[in-house]
Amino acid sequence: MSAASGSLARRRALLAYALVAPASVLILLIYIGPIIAVIFASLTDYTLVRDGFSFVGLENYTAMFADEAFANALRNTVIYAAFFLPGAFFISLFLALAIQSRKKFRSVLEVLFFLPVTSTLAAMALVWAALMDSRQGVINNTLTSFGLEPVNFLGDPGFVLAALAAISLWSIIGFNMVLFLAGLTAIPRNLYDAAAIDGADHPVDRFFRVTWPMLAPTSVFVAVTTSITAFKLFDTVAVLTKGGPARSSEVFLYLTFLEGFEYFNMGYAAALSVFFLGLIFVFALIQTLLSDRRINS
Amino acid sequence: MARLSLQGIRKSFARTEILKGITLDVEDGEFISLVGASGCGKSTLLRIIAGLEHPDEGSVSIDGKPVDEASPKARNVAMVFQDYALYPHMTVAQNMAMPLIMGRLPMRARLPGMRLLTPGFAPLRREIATQVETVARQLRIDHLLERKPAQLSGGQRQRVALGRALVRNPHLFLMDEPLSNLDAKLRVQVRQEIVELHQNTGLTFVYVTHDQVEAMTMSNRVALLQEGRLLQVGTPDDLYSDPDSLSVARFIGSPEINVLPAQARAGGFEVGDQFIPVPHQLELGSDLFLAVRPEGVMVAGAGARDGRQMVTLAVTRTGMEDLGGEIILHTAVKGLPGIDLRARLQKEAGGVDLDLRNLPLDLNLSFSPRSCRLFAASGARIRAGAERAASLPTSLESVG
Repeated sequence: MSAASGSLARRRALLAYALVAPASVLILLIYIGPIIAVIFASLTDYTLVRDGFSFVGLENYTAMFADEAFANALRNTVIYAAFFLPGAFFISLFLALAIQSRKKFRSVLEVLFFLPVTSTLAAMALVWAALMDSRQGVINNTLTSFGLEPVNFLGDPGFVLAALAAISLWSIIGFNMVLFLAGLTAIPRNLYDAAAIDGADHPVDRFFRVTWPMLAPTSVFVAVTTSITAFKLFDTVAVLTKGGPARSSEVFLYLTFLEGFEYFNMGYAAALSVFFLGLIFVFALIQTLLSDRRINS
Repeated sequence: MARLSLQGIRKSFARTEILKGITLDVEDGEFISLVGASGCGKSTLLRIIAGLEHPDEGSVSIDGKPVDEASPKARNVAMVFQDYALYPHMTVAQNMAMPLIMGRLPMRARLPGMRLLTPGFAPLRREIATQVETVARQLRIDHLLERKPAQLSGGQRQRVALGRALVRNPHLFLMDEPLSNLDAKLRVQVRQEIVELHQNTGLTFVYVTHDQVEAMTMSNRVALLQEGRLLQVGTPDDLYSDPDSLSVARFIGSPEINVLPAQARAGGFEVGDQFIPVPHQLELGSDLFLAVRPEGVMVAGAGARDGRQMVTLAVTRTGMEDLGGEIILHTAVKGLPGIDLRARLQKEAGGVDLDLRNLPLDLNLSFSPRSCRLFAASGARIRAGAERAASLPTSLESVG
């Protein structure tokens, strides 16, 4: 009896392993394997211009923390994020709230705001370059028509990060708005009815008593994914500024790209990637912890 | 404490007319049920009373004052929703305090994080907390105050919803099918508690339900809605014993009232092949409906006769439901195809000589013409001139 049930349990276990095997192999190949490879490479002096490599231990990491370019890239990324994050969060939220109550044009507006998400950012960046051109750009023509000084958006170290943030905002707001709209739609209507009965019929009360707390899981998700997006800024920099002027738009991922594919320092680039991975991991951890958190009003 | 008056309420959604002119007066302190099948417009009517929905036509007055332009807050109505509509992110105490916070604290003290910045309102906040605790004790949920709704059982959530409605001393207490999410046993218990709540508070209650048993057992008066119209408003006994129409007779009472086709003849009517004399003024030859409650039907020969002629029908037994104390007998009437005649037979009171467990397949069922109600083919009630006063039996068994 016990022998029979034992073999049954063993057969079931075998079947279970067989069933998870394909997914496990794929996850190992696609995610775990490359991560291990990058961590491995970050401990070497591997470059693209020389055969063979040798272990250098944590040398790449110590070099990284002493590297002025690394500090510069990190600082630029944080400044860019300071422009980008509040806009990407609050403008999207505001648009979602404004569009949600519309009956007639809701779907039209949704599509219009979502369109930039579907476009190829590298290509659209050229359009933005034309718009932001220091001499013939539409934006500068508009500014000068009001009697203001023209601004060299992409050529002035003081403006370039804000200008890049504006382009990124244009491309992400529709996406975040759709996330917020989904979150808003999931709030039961009858909570607003109950709020009206309870006297919370002022829009400010409705927002702070019902909408905002009920939207908390969506907000956490949007905030975290947007933060990760901010640190992943690359394509507009590569197309429009190449990190310039004077490295004032050299952000973290662009530096990694430069080190790996321009200067061929693969080992060092791998170390930068591992640092980046750790950063993303922290954000993911924050999201997991926050979404488990009990939401208090 | 308030009188409620509805005048010609009409409401359409898209092109469907949900309410087709509802006029209803509810007295101060009354418990009135709006009952009807789903889709009859009863919930919409309640939402119009609450101010959550605005009628296309007609007017709502509370204590004689029109409140059509007033917000739900200004109407001072409390409402218990079908699925309670508790705020999932707030504790029980916060849920219950919500109407008080909204009513008493100014906006600058209500904004998030303002508790510490507006210390002047601390006494008021303490007062609110005390009031919430008092109501919570009454409802026996004071030990749950710090929990979130997700950590409560259905019955506890129900009480929190009641508590949130009670803390504010509303003019009107509105309930939208508050028991439909509870299991059967709890439903009976909470039903009783709501009745006690009504008695203790003396508030005007408007209670929406699709369950006629709830409506009959809880309310002073029942308003029966069908397809956006009020069919009849009256005491539970009015609706049960003296229905204005066949629809009312059919809706109220379980098992459903028996309806038999009959023809009007001089001085009476004919059902099956029997002539029954009645004092009603009937249009000769017209088709009638004869309705009799299942408890009015008995096995022929059993029980006492009242000396008058009985309607006796030969039937074939088709089924029996044993309810413990009583039996519902389903039969097919011979000569009247498609008619299911149901009899509700008391096991104890039933004829001494009657063995209910061994009823023959073919038997005769009879009922007194006095327990019958006559309806025209249109479904309208036909009353004899003197019937209401004299021959109406008033001793029908109360509803189960």
